[in-house]
Amino acid sequence: MHSNNPAPPENVVVTQLDALANWCRKNSLWPLPFATACCGIEFMATGASKYDIARFGAEAMRFSPRQADLLIVAGRVAMKMLPVLQRIWQQMHEPKWCISMGACASTGGVFDNYAVVQGIDRFIPVDIYIPGCPPRPEQVIQAVIDLQDKIQREGTIEGSEFEVASRQQKKRALQELPLYGRKTFVPSLAPSVPTP
Amino acid sequence: MSADNMTAIDALKARCGDMPVSEFRGDRRVVVAKDKLLDVMSLLKGERGFDLLVDVTCVDYLNYRDATSRFGLVYLLANTATNERLTVRVYLDEPDLTVASMVPLWAGANWLEREVFDMFGIQFDGHPDLRRILMPEEFVAFPLRKDYPLQGRGERHNFQRLTRSEA
Repeated sequence: MHSNNPAPPENVVVTQLDALANWCRKNSLWPLPFATACCGIEFMATGASKYDIARFGAEAMRFSPRQADLLIVAGRVAMKMLPVLQRIWQQMHEPKWCISMGACASTGGVFDNYAVVQGIDRFIPVDIYIPGCPPRPEQVIQAVIDLQDKIQREGTIEGSEFEVASRQQKKRALQELPLYGRKTFVPSLAPSVPTP
Repeated sequence: MSADNMTAIDALKARCGDMPVSEFRGDRRVVVAKDKLLDVMSLLKGERGFDLLVDVTCVDYLNYRDATSRFGLVYLLANTATNERLTVRVYLDEPDLTVASMVPLWAGANWLEREVFDMFGIQFDGHPDLRRILMPEEFVAFPLRKDYPLQGRGERHNFQRLTRSEA
């Protein structure tokens, strides 16, 4: 019997799992480059040897939404293209994130007319915005680093940071994993929990 | 220039009656009445060797100074054997924005006329497939008309907004 030992604090196990999952996820982001304009050229430079986004674990570009978890919208999105972008976003598996790269994707840029979407965040969720026309590769790398910080800070292994716990549970392979009092537990890392 | 030593415009006038002609830096333009367009174009292609239809485009003269018609269709023709070029204009007014299609003469007119239809709403009689080519199919306006607002009429706001909980 272990009655003399104090019971471990609640949520320690799942917190450790969260940190582990976040660490895995943030260091192997698989971007889907949705490149429609000159921002796409700059993003190619980011992936090439000089700037080398592989240093941050995000070099595995995938052109299928089923194989990617980071949507990078680089360039202006035409109104006719918008349903395509939404469908691609819906086809990506969770957890998934979105970076809006450049002035056009974020705000429409100089193209304030009937044919160009005035910011993709009007229609799909966006995690990180990159300013610039087009942004430098350093800015893209900074955005990836910021997104990694966000994932490590807010991520949970069952995806409750997306506020869709019940839906996530059904879709996830780890659905047998019990939820340990998510409502009362603050999902940020406690100071006593070492970060891997 | 063909063997009979007439310019294309002289031949046009001899066959189809007088028509306004102008010239700017060696480029000759001729204005054709709408109902004579198919005859004129058939003559230019069949007898004068204008085998290439370079472009079909349109100008909206709404609120234009000294303009007499609403729309001006522009056909740019070229003779690839003699390098002769000719601009043919047709003026159109509402409500009858129908003009003969040039697809029977130049197959390349197909998409050019679809673009003019998409942007200006000009109807091409005899076109085999007059659908929108650039704008989405459910679009209702003709966005290059001068009375269409630059920022649109809110068409792009009809899409649903995806949130994290939906996808």
